[in-house]
Amino acid sequence: MESILELRDLVKHFPNQRAVDGISLRIPRGGFYSLLGPSGCGKTTTLRLIAGFEQPTSGDVLLDGAVVNEQKPYQRNVSTVFQNYALFPHLTAAENIAFGLKRKNRPDIERKVREALELVRLTGKESRHPAQLSGGERQRVALARSLVLQPDVLLLDEPLAALDPKLRKQMRLELKEMQRRVGITFLLVTHDQEEALSMSDQLAVMNAGAIEQVGTPQDVYLRPRTRFVAGFLGAVNWIAGVGLRPEVTRIARTLPSNGGRFRPATVTGSVFLGNCVHVLTRLESGEDVVAEIPRDNGTYQTGEAIHVCWNPSDEMIFP
Amino acid sequence: MKVVSGWERLRAWFLLPAWIWMAVLFAAPFAIVIVYSLLTRGAYGGLGLPWTPENYQRLADPLYLGIVLRSFAMAAATTVICLLLGFPLALFISRAGSRKNIYLQLVILPFWTSFLVRLYAWLFLLRDTGLINTALQHLGLIHDPLPLLYNNGAVLLGLVYGYLPFMVLPVYATLERLDPALVEAAADLGAKPWPTLMHVVLPLSAPGIRAGSILVFIPALGAYLTPDLLGGGRTVLIGNLVQNQFTNARDWPFGAAISVGLMALVGVLVLLMLRRGDQEGLV
Repeated sequence: MESILELRDLVKHFPNQRAVDGISLRIPRGGFYSLLGPSGCGKTTTLRLIAGFEQPTSGDVLLDGAVVNEQKPYQRNVSTVFQNYALFPHLTAAENIAFGLKRKNRPDIERKVREALELVRLTGKESRHPAQLSGGERQRVALARSLVLQPDVLLLDEPLAALDPKLRKQMRLELKEMQRRVGITFLLVTHDQEEALSMSDQLAVMNAGAIEQVGTPQDVYLRPRTRFVAGFLGAVNWIAGVGLRPEVTRIARTLPSNGGRFRPATVTGSVFLGNCVHVLTRLESGEDVVAEIPRDNGTYQTGEAIHVCWNPSDEMIFP
Repeated sequence: MKVVSGWERLRAWFLLPAWIWMAVLFAAPFAIVIVYSLLTRGAYGGLGLPWTPENYQRLADPLYLGIVLRSFAMAAATTVICLLLGFPLALFISRAGSRKNIYLQLVILPFWTSFLVRLYAWLFLLRDTGLINTALQHLGLIHDPLPLLYNNGAVLLGLVYGYLPFMVLPVYATLERLDPALVEAAADLGAKPWPTLMHVVLPLSAPGIRAGSILVFIPALGAYLTPDLLGGGRTVLIGNLVQNQFTNARDWPFGAAISVGLMALVGVLVLLMLRRGDQEGLV
């Protein structure tokens, strides 16, 4: 598999912090890739190392097969969509999009700007300044400004964090769709596991400056390799060292007879979430377990004695 | 609602000292100057009737127009040089991290002593037997002292020296607020450092440059002490002309007319610059 971007033993130490502590990663050409991790895990620093805003303490960044460590940000063929978009406030939408084309002396600027505006559906708003655009529109200008340069990799630093929740979900689909249409490699940095799962072809889960696991969304969600990955990608019930997602945890009043596993428990409460119900239980062995069950699967009274059951194939086991 | 209006009323009272200050120390003297400017010069100096616009008509005299033009040129040159020196300095300080405050203190340091004392220090540096000429002579670089004092150059030097902090501080304030991500975004989009400066940093610091230019240009236009001391009376600017009318020439009405004319001119200029700023502020 050909990789457009490769990180080799990348290390970045700040005076009082090991932000990136030895990362190796191969990012295939033309896909949607995510770096997922909690704040402070080093994912943004990694992105800044790729863009050239930071110099690695050691290790290499390879772009299209060539080491680019020594290249300045303006020499690297990557482009960044910043968290707050960093649009130039004194320039119009069209001028923002033309900025990079002009600096790089590309031909056909007018036509490319027009096409970029069409791509992000901002035709008609080209002469607005950033202050006159909505949050979503600003983000689309930022996207167009970077995409118009046809970078090898488009770096997106928490691009949806500044949007309101409803728009955020809509933009997930739009981003994914746009990536498919333009065919440019997208590298997204996010702390939002839903975002990473829903958009990525592949993702790397980061923790404390290192990579915990690389894989498809299904891999990392269903077959997490570490407890950290399991816990970061979704809720986990821990039963005697075995991890179980709430949506595969079931509740029964009578003992099941299908060969599944079960434990006696007591209902401690339930939370109505609209599309489902979370039943909170405590096992006889003391662990708290949450079962996510369909809304119409009956109601359970606090204090009721029940059985928590599951299929062995749904267990997540860690060394 | 009641709390808010009570607060608003209190706030209005807070303005009272400022109003009194403006009325007693600005509006009243200004009214007096306007009245003076419309009177006739008395037989022994002083003031007398009748009312006349003649003092303003005299302003059109080529002799005085020349002084006005020279003052404008001097103030403009001061502003441009302050900008050329002050912008890089402000940029440097805004990027100086934890040392920012030390550098800012250094910019303000000259204000710890009186301007008059500092101008005399320049006299000691620049005169024929001053530090610079003496040092150059001892080094054998020159035989006769260089004419460093009592010319346009010395006045310009003094003006730039005196007003540079008024350019540095407002420009620094806008650069300090400039989002560093914008500079990174420019680099990210392929802009080398110089184009980034010209296309991003400079346009975005326009409000500070405008404020700094006003703060330098206006006092430089009316400067009196600097041209008097460093120009040695040879470089007559508007400020010296006004002073001269009130002292040696004993022509108070004409001095007052020049003052009013200068204020009107400055007022118009400031309004123009502020309106420009408002228009840019809209976008």
